[in-house]
Parts: sequence; structure tokens; C-alpha cells
Amino acid sequence: MAETAEQVFDSVQEVLVDALGVDDEEITPQAKLVADLGAESIDFLDIVFRLEKAFGIKIDQSEMFPDNVLNDPQYVQDGKVTDTGMAELRNRLPHANLDEFDASRDVDDFSNVFTVDTVVKFVQTKLE
Amino acid sequence: MRWIWIDRILELEKAKRCVAIKNVSLAEDVLHDHFAATDRYPKTPVMPNTLIIEGMAQTAGILVGHANDFAEKVILAKISKARFTAAAYPGHCLRYTASIVRIDRTGASTTGTVERIDPATHESVPLAQIELMFSHIDRSRTNLAFPEHNFVFTDQLIDLLRQSGFAPAPGSTPAPGAIPTR
Repeated sequence: MAETAEQVFDSVQEVLVDALGVDDEEITPQAKLVADLGAESIDFLDIVFRLEKAFGIKIDQSEMFPDNVLNDPQYVQDGKVTDTGMAELRNRLPHANLDEFDASRDVDDFSNVFTVDTVVKFVQTKLE
Repeated sequence: MRWIWIDRILELEKAKRCVAIKNVSLAEDVLHDHFAATDRYPKTPVMPNTLIIEGMAQTAGILVGHANDFAEKVILAKISKARFTAAAYPGHCLRYTASIVRIDRTGASTTGTVERIDPATHESVPLAQIELMFSHIDRSRTNLAFPEHNFVFTDQLIDLLRQSGFAPAPGSTPAPGAIPTR
């Protein structure tokens, strides 16, 4: 049986509460994993492992949180993501809203792309 | 300096399970400060919970390292959960059982239990539940460069494996796949 958006959100909420040690009410769709919920690099792997278990899916960490695009000089110049880089990110992250990031393109702002809603949408695409 | 908080490995099942024991002894200096006598209380030597977590990190870390024949630098990255329900005193034996929940190229998560065994009665009491995350640091997202040599699995841990009967004969170099399960 397909899970509703609400069911997915509830399970994602549980995963994030366990992985990040935050309270239920902090997990809003707009909450940013790093800036608002204090996620660190290892937490992304923890989240991936817990999502796999919660939803019975297989996830490659780079599918949800691509880490090699921003290290590639082809995609980043002077700390800003290039047009080619943006196209690559949009291609790799169909589950993320990149519009706000597109305005600054500063690699230091990239973590803000990962919100609770991004995770929910990612899971939904994996469940389809 | 010795920073080995397990004494012997009893079981090592590749990429699945590792069981280790540690005997808590008054010969360990740390117990004399934890807790030292105060004006109100006499000296109370208790095995520090932080070091019990370290013992689990070593048990689970060996399990995670062994899964890839010690090719990866396995670093404790996160204590996901550590819940203690009893304390260990000098003379007790701690039994660590670690299992891999998930492992991939970037790291692993483990779960484990610690029991306190009283050698006088052989009674076993659940002492802790500990969940850990390990990072294969060369593949981590931090993009930092680390030394080429594997500074995690040094002679200390490899010697422990050998003394427990899991490593190659003395003098031979631990090669990928060379460490058999008992």
C-alpha cells in the first residue's frame, strides 16, 4: 500500500528526531537540517541508514546528498556554483527546491538546500 | 600509552558480530579518581561509563574494520545512543556484544549490549545498550586529507586480535582477508 504524504512525513520526523536528538515540534517541513536542526556530516549517513530501515528502501548517500558536485572545478568557480554546476545539481536533486540557492550560488549556502521537506520528497520519489 | 579497553575477543563473525570481554580491575588508575573520597562519601571505584562506551567503540570498531579487511580507517563518529542500567565495579567482567546494523563505503552503524558478569556467581546483568556510527574517514564528506597509513588499526588492536586467536601468526603481515574467524 502506498504511503500518504502525511505518513511519510511522520516517519521522516521520527527518523530525524532519533538521528539528530531534536524534539518533534522542531521538525517542520521548512526546517533546515544543518542550520536549524544542527546536523553534522556523519548525521547525513545516519539519516540515510535510518530511512532505509524505516521505509525498506536502498539509498546511496550521494543520491540524497550529492557530495562530489561541489568539489568539481567544472561546477564551482571562486566559491560559486557555475551554470553547468546548477544544471548538474538540478539533475541530481530533483527532490530539492534549488531556487533560493540559485540566487546566491555560494557553496557555503548549499547545506540550506536540505530541509525536512527535501527529505520527505526524496523518500516519496524512492517509494514511487 | 595503552588505550585498549577490551581484554580479549571471544567471537568475530565477519561483518556481523563481535564479542569481547574486559575485566574491571583496581589496578587501573582511573578507578581511583572515579570516584575519589570526599568529605561526605568514601572512595567509590566505578568503571566510568565513558570508558565503557570506548570499550564498545573498540569492539564495534574492530568488527567494522574487519568487514573490509582493515583497509578503511574506521573512526567513531557518533554515539547515537548510550543507555546505562547498572554499574560495574572492580572484579566484574564486562561482556561487549556488537552487531553491524548497516555498512556501506562511507561508514557503518552498529548496535550493541554490555553485560556485567560477576565471576563469583556467574550472574549476568544487562548494563548498557550502545548504538554507534563509524565513518570511513577517507570517504567522508569532510574532504580532509588523512595520513596514508592506517593509524586506527595499529599494532595495539592487531595484537589484541592475534592474542585472541584471530590474527595471522607472529611476524607475518596482516594481509587483506588474512584474518580468519575463529
